[in-house]
Amino acid sequence: MMSRRHLWVALALATGAAPAKAETIEVTIEKLVFSPAKIEAKVGDTIRWVNKDVFAHTATVNGAWEVMIPPKKAASLTVKKAESVDYFCRFHPNMKGHLTVTSP
Amino acid sequence: MFIRSTTALAAIFLLGAAPSSQAADKPTDPQIAHIAYTAGVLDVEAAKQALKKSKNKEVVDFAKDMVRDHEAVNKQALDLVKKLKVTPEDNPTSKALTKAAAEERAKLAKLKGAAFDKAYVASEVAYHKQVNGALETLLIPSASNAELKSLLETGLKIFQGHEQHAEHVAGMLK
Repeated sequence: MMSRRHLWVALALATGAAPAKAETIEVTIEKLVFSPAKIEAKVGDTIRWVNKDVFAHTATVNGAWEVMIPPKKAASLTVKKAESVDYFCRFHPNMKGHLTVTSP
Repeated sequence: MFIRSTTALAAIFLLGAAPSSQAADKPTDPQIAHIAYTAGVLDVEAAKQALKKSKNKEVVDFAKDMVRDHEAVNKQALDLVKKLKVTPEDNPTSKALTKAAAEERAKLAKLKGAAFDKAYVASEVAYHKQVNGALETLLIPSASNAELKSLLETGLKIFQGHEQHAEHVAGMLK
């Protein structure tokens, strides 16, 4: 039988050793609007854009990255570094969003 | 571009500001549907001309975006008029838009290379600006069916996006 102390150590290892679980943050695109417009994520999280429009959109950060989101489809990006950036749709630059990524 | 803008604007004012004795100072839903659909078709035609003539990647990409978006929005418009059992009705604004677009295409047909690219993109900026103005001040406020109004509002956002996109491409061609 495992002693109380051993059990405690095992439990601490199990919870402490596991890094914060990566999450998926969903952004809906409907009628040319990113919703929510402002999102926060931690490094390692995934942003998932769900496009409900019949139009293709992008999530673009000039000179950095771009995610193409086909009509009626979803597309994802796993964020790898801490940054705070404005993004927009290259096809419809009046669509704007903001992403803040923090270190875990 | 100048000719197209003034002719079409005049037509839009015709509808909006006719000081007639008729109650029909504003376009009806069947006319609005026709104008919006026509505006989309004309932009697709302009884009197809650009796809044939241009070799500039930015311009070609832009033209492809125009074809894709306007065909998508017009498909929605067709589905909606079918659902609402509305028959789009030709009207002076649609006619003027069509005439102005034909003149613009004829003008652009004579140009080549960078001159064509610049003129096409400038014309796209002007055209979207003009249609946005009509949507905002006349078509959306006049639409009585809520679903038609909502589609026009989405159309306005698409057109505003295209206007900014065209301005961006124009900036790159300088």
